[in-house]
Amino acid sequence: MSPEEKLQSNVSDGGLKEHNYLGLSDCSSVGSSNLSGLADDDKATISLKATELTLGLPGSQSPARDNTELNLLGPAKLDEKPFFPLLPSKDEISCSSSQKNLASGNKRGFSDTMDKFSEAKVSVYAEKNWMFPEAVVANQSVVKKEVPQNIPKGKQSTTNNSSSPPAAKAQIVGWPPVRSYRKNTLATTCKNSDEVDGKPGSGPLFVKVSMDGAPYLRKVDLRSYNNYGELSSALEKMFSTFTLGQPGSSGATGKDVRNETRLKDLLNGKDYVLTYEDKDGDWMLVGDFSWEIFIGVCKKLKIMKGSDAIGLAAAPAPRTMEKSKMRA
Amino acid sequence: MDLRLPSKVLEHIFSFVDSNEDRNSVSLVCKSWFETERLTRKRVFVRNCYAVTPAAVARRFPGMRSLTLKGKPHFADYNLVPDGWGGYAWPWIEAMAEKSPSLEELRLKRMVVTDECLEKIAASFKDFKVLVLTSCEGFSTDGLAAIAVACRNLTELELRECIVEDLGGDWLSYFPETLTSLVSLDFSCLDSEVKLSDLERLVSRSPNLKSLKLNRAVSLHALGSLLCLAPQLVELGTGSFSDKLDQEAVSKLAQVFTELKELKSLSGLWDVLPEYIPLLYSVCPGLTSLNLSYATVQMPDLVELLSRCSNLQKLWVMDLIEDKGLEVVASSCKELRELRVFPSGADVDETNVALTEQGLVYVSEACPNLESVLYFCAQFTNAALVTIAKNRPNLKCFRLCVIEPFASDHETHQPLDEGFKAIVESCKDLQRLSVSGLLTDKAFEHIGRHGKKLKMLSIAFAGDSDLMLHHLLSGCESLNKLEIRDCPFGDTALLENAAKLETMRSLWMSSCGVSFGACKLLSEKMPKLNVEVIDEHSPETRPDSSPVEKIYIYRTVAGPRMDMPEFVWTKHKNPEIGVSHLAIE
Repeated sequence: MSPEEKLQSNVSDGGLKEHNYLGLSDCSSVGSSNLSGLADDDKATISLKATELTLGLPGSQSPARDNTELNLLGPAKLDEKPFFPLLPSKDEISCSSSQKNLASGNKRGFSDTMDKFSEAKVSVYAEKNWMFPEAVVANQSVVKKEVPQNIPKGKQSTTNNSSSPPAAKAQIVGWPPVRSYRKNTLATTCKNSDEVDGKPGSGPLFVKVSMDGAPYLRKVDLRSYNNYGELSSALEKMFSTFTLGQPGSSGATGKDVRNETRLKDLLNGKDYVLTYEDKDGDWMLVGDFSWEIFIGVCKKLKIMKGSDAIGLAAAPAPRTMEKSKMRA
Repeated sequence: MDLRLPSKVLEHIFSFVDSNEDRNSVSLVCKSWFETERLTRKRVFVRNCYAVTPAAVARRFPGMRSLTLKGKPHFADYNLVPDGWGGYAWPWIEAMAEKSPSLEELRLKRMVVTDECLEKIAASFKDFKVLVLTSCEGFSTDGLAAIAVACRNLTELELRECIVEDLGGDWLSYFPETLTSLVSLDFSCLDSEVKLSDLERLVSRSPNLKSLKLNRAVSLHALGSLLCLAPQLVELGTGSFSDKLDQEAVSKLAQVFTELKELKSLSGLWDVLPEYIPLLYSVCPGLTSLNLSYATVQMPDLVELLSRCSNLQKLWVMDLIEDKGLEVVASSCKELRELRVFPSGADVDETNVALTEQGLVYVSEACPNLESVLYFCAQFTNAALVTIAKNRPNLKCFRLCVIEPFASDHETHQPLDEGFKAIVESCKDLQRLSVSGLLTDKAFEHIGRHGKKLKMLSIAFAGDSDLMLHHLLSGCESLNKLEIRDCPFGDTALLENAAKLETMRSLWMSSCGVSFGACKLLSEKMPKLNVEVIDEHSPETRPDSSPVEKIYIYRTVAGPRMDMPEFVWTKHKNPEIGVSHLAIE
């Protein structure tokens, strides 16, 4: 990065002075009450509150929870002070109202995710919904000593009351922060050596699929499809994002058209053709051979513009041949 | 009176300026210095591939010989960045192929590299020498074959923890017989077996080979024959260390190891059996770097090895080493500078309780040069942190991961605020910090107040409110990268400190309480930032008050990027629909 880009000549006026932030001392929300703790007068009392913490355990502190939910709504009850000094005062009102919405929105957001909880991945939200209200509230008295502590093996805490097993805890996405490479490596404690190089026909047969103009490739396992039709639907799904908004796009041709010709139609409609590179390195139009032969010779797939595909090697009368062969 | 130095003189002077930080300063002095510097810069580092366009970089540094690029944010390592987010190497390679065909070195980290990219490199850069890919993905062994075949002057090919589509081990056989310049080869992340005879021939004709890191498929037996051919190795990554060898083979192997007089770095050791540990004894005294993080042996065996490593500076190991093992490390490895202890259990529940805070305390007491720590542990105490801070004020990088989220001090049940306070107060040169355990806003007040040299900060499951973010953004003057997950702050602190974001490389926030409205506001007010909202589960319509899943904000002079997937929103997209009018062509 060039240092020129770092020059901050015109950003220092962004109203970042602490006193603006401190101006929110009337806020009764946690965040704001802690803020006001920065002001000299209230420092003693507020900072005391600020150091008080609660620990959450499931179900152990329901009254606290209600209270905290109120506190989450706290900012909404405030005077309308400018929260966003970046903005001129005319935005003040809209800011504050959005602040209100924000607070309740947050709450909604959390409870929404609570409702959806069943998946491991969402457990972090559920856990958060449940844990943070405790942690967030600074006006609660310290409950630490009363509550049985975090046992290292973590038998308690992080599971959601409403659901079940501690297994959910072990599935927080990306936690502990260990690279997936490491996780995968350690998981395979013994190396088994049945790598398939595509020949025996028992493992997956990956080929790369590229499309003119697309910034990255996809790969498909040819063995996961049984015929050209399935392949074409899959490719259509994969590459539809690249052709979004173009006339005659996929939805139009309808499901009544037989799958086998859909790819052709799709591609014809946009002037693309599907081609493949065979074992000899030649680029051919897809569809000339039976599916079984095709997957044996296909090394790569490419969705080319029709104009680029002129002159590609193809069996005679490819279209009619395609239709007849693909009926197989 | 013209006081300008002639450019030839400037050039000569600048040739002594190596660090890019210095070169960046030099280029700010005046126009002529800027011009001279840019024409003479050979090694270019772009630490966020979206901060600047490839064309701009190529234009500015026509003499570029080495390019280092980083793509995805760091939390991509932990699966927090969805697939397809971005970080494509292709636009860079394409641009450099056209404008900087003399490029010799390419180092990419966390980028999507396709076989097309590799083929393009092979075809475009006639004098290409170095390819180092770290945590990259998107390519197959076919791409490697292209590099092997075409790069006649290749010196380094390193694949570090990449996700490679492994279509077989043939790629290695594509290195031509005429290639004799290899200095470093690292294919440790590949799965397939390469042909041993080809590997042996390659090693034999590479007299300059200093670093060889094999993959797991290379057997112990094969290792023996390879080491006979390359006794000059300085860095060795073994393959699997677990074949059953007969007595004769074992003693031959032991002999071969004793011939490795130059060996300084050892890694690999997958599946190492305890009975083979003694094979390594002969190289231990010379080792400065030892990576045992895939060696699943128990503490007694580790101790046998480590007690012989008196010159060790860098140690990566699993928590199987336990406190006792670290005590031995403390007494044997006085030169230790970097320690990383990884969890052996894959899940949160499986932490090894025989590794506690005490292990790190031992090492901090006894190793005066310790400056970099990564430590996964089930539990910690404030007292231990205070002791570590007192012992090691020279720490530069301190990353503590208490595996249990919200875990308090296991003795006093207090949050770990005081402990981290001690760390930041005492370690005045601390540049990188990762915190964990139960932390209140106070911890971040301390960090903000004392962490003046802190460049990178990682936070998870911590804090109480917006104050935490406010302390960090307003206090940490040197803050460059901030990544936060699962913390309960909202919009306030972020918007208050928006200008700070332009002084930082990037900010990542996920599962926090920042609203969509705030993101929109930030985007509008800060045109020099790209504010990306990453939301794989976004609803049909997105009200301003709804919290977003993930936000990635970074400064850029390149403007909006053209390759955003559907699940990334920026202000250039229609907020309701999420469709960009910058559709990929």
